[in-house]
Amino acid sequence: MPEDKPYADIPGTVVFDADMSRKGYHLNQFCFSLMKAENREKFYADQEAYLDQYPMTEDQRQAVLDRDFNRLLALGGNIYYLAKIFSSDGQSFELAASKMTGVSQQEYRAMMIAGGRSPEGNRYIGENKDG
Amino acid sequence: MARITGGITTSHVPAIGAAMDLGKTEEDYWKPVFAGYEYSRQWIKDNKPDVVFLVFNDHASAFDMDFIPTFAIGCAEEFSPADEGWGPRPVPKVKGHPAMAAHIAQNLIENEFDLTIVNKMDVDHGLTVPLSLMFGQPEAWPCMVIPFAVGVVQYPAPLGRRCYALGKALRKAIESFDEDLDVQVWGTGGMSHQLQGPRAGLINQAVDQKSLEDFVNDPERVAEISHLEYLREAGSEGIELVMWLIMRGAMKSNVIEKHRFYHVPASNTAVGHLVLENP
Repeated sequence: MPEDKPYADIPGTVVFDADMSRKGYHLNQFCFSLMKAENREKFYADQEAYLDQYPMTEDQRQAVLDRDFNRLLALGGNIYYLAKIFSSDGQSFELAASKMTGVSQQEYRAMMIAGGRSPEGNRYIGENKDG
Repeated sequence: MARITGGITTSHVPAIGAAMDLGKTEEDYWKPVFAGYEYSRQWIKDNKPDVVFLVFNDHASAFDMDFIPTFAIGCAEEFSPADEGWGPRPVPKVKGHPAMAAHIAQNLIENEFDLTIVNKMDVDHGLTVPLSLMFGQPEAWPCMVIPFAVGVVQYPAPLGRRCYALGKALRKAIESFDEDLDVQVWGTGGMSHQLQGPRAGLINQAVDQKSLEDFVNDPERVAEISHLEYLREAGSEGIELVMWLIMRGAMKSNVIEKHRFYHVPASNTAVGHLVLENP
């Protein structure tokens, strides 16, 4: 019997639960490997060859090469693991978040300085037209 | 005997560490964040701890997908800053207190809190950013640190209620350690934030302000906040607040609030900070 997922109706959010964890195991272990400088060197020398070491799905592999973080989240990537990719790329969490939300870093920063994304209309899928 | 002389809560945003390491603290964006810690840096000079019991979470730095402990206590002699993808932070190594950590581990396990014992662990921004915020940039950290890692990366994190109860047991464990030591308990992480997906950037100032107030005066209420409520109201990473409850449980039920600070934003996150003393 599948576990209850009462959080499945939160918009724009993938909760990293046991199902996602299983799905993303090899992807996340790849990300973790980037914490060593020598591995980062090998990765940037030949990304596809480096990824061959990890038995991830073709979708996961392509999403890594595309740096498509929303897709990676849906495929079992956890944000703290994915952070090793964009950190290794020399990008900040702010920039990565702006990309995941589909705005420029400047727009994202302006939203945060103005107090952040309001919870109003962002609690339930379909709560408003933008949700 | 050891005694608990203070409780600190603070967010542990990695960009705060980067701002300090790269000398950006005087920039307009960062100034208000660091201004919120001026009081605390003086307070901790006047109330220097011998040991900080530092509750934090590992962000996939020490623990990979092979080992996902819910509560892990660091019992090593020292802990190195982790390389999180851009090289280790240029901060001192963290000196532990293995004997005290072992005492706490034994005491908590005998009181039904089944900890994982860790004898080798690099510590990431979750632990080093709070040290930087409180102590600045010294050559060596001015106290020993017992790292206590809480599993909040994979759902579910431990319940707030459980963390609060663990804090209460922690108080007894610390106070039964037979060395004359001033110990502070720090709870880190939070406040509202979401780092992932199209809803990234979510901040709930009303919920954060209420939590700050209740951490001081009504922690029982905070301890009952459900995981679903954290996720929905405070963002997918807002659940880190359960770690503050370990600190709060370790303090007495009535505390003296010495300092409170709240600021939005630091990168993606609402920064919350409390300095508490026992009466």
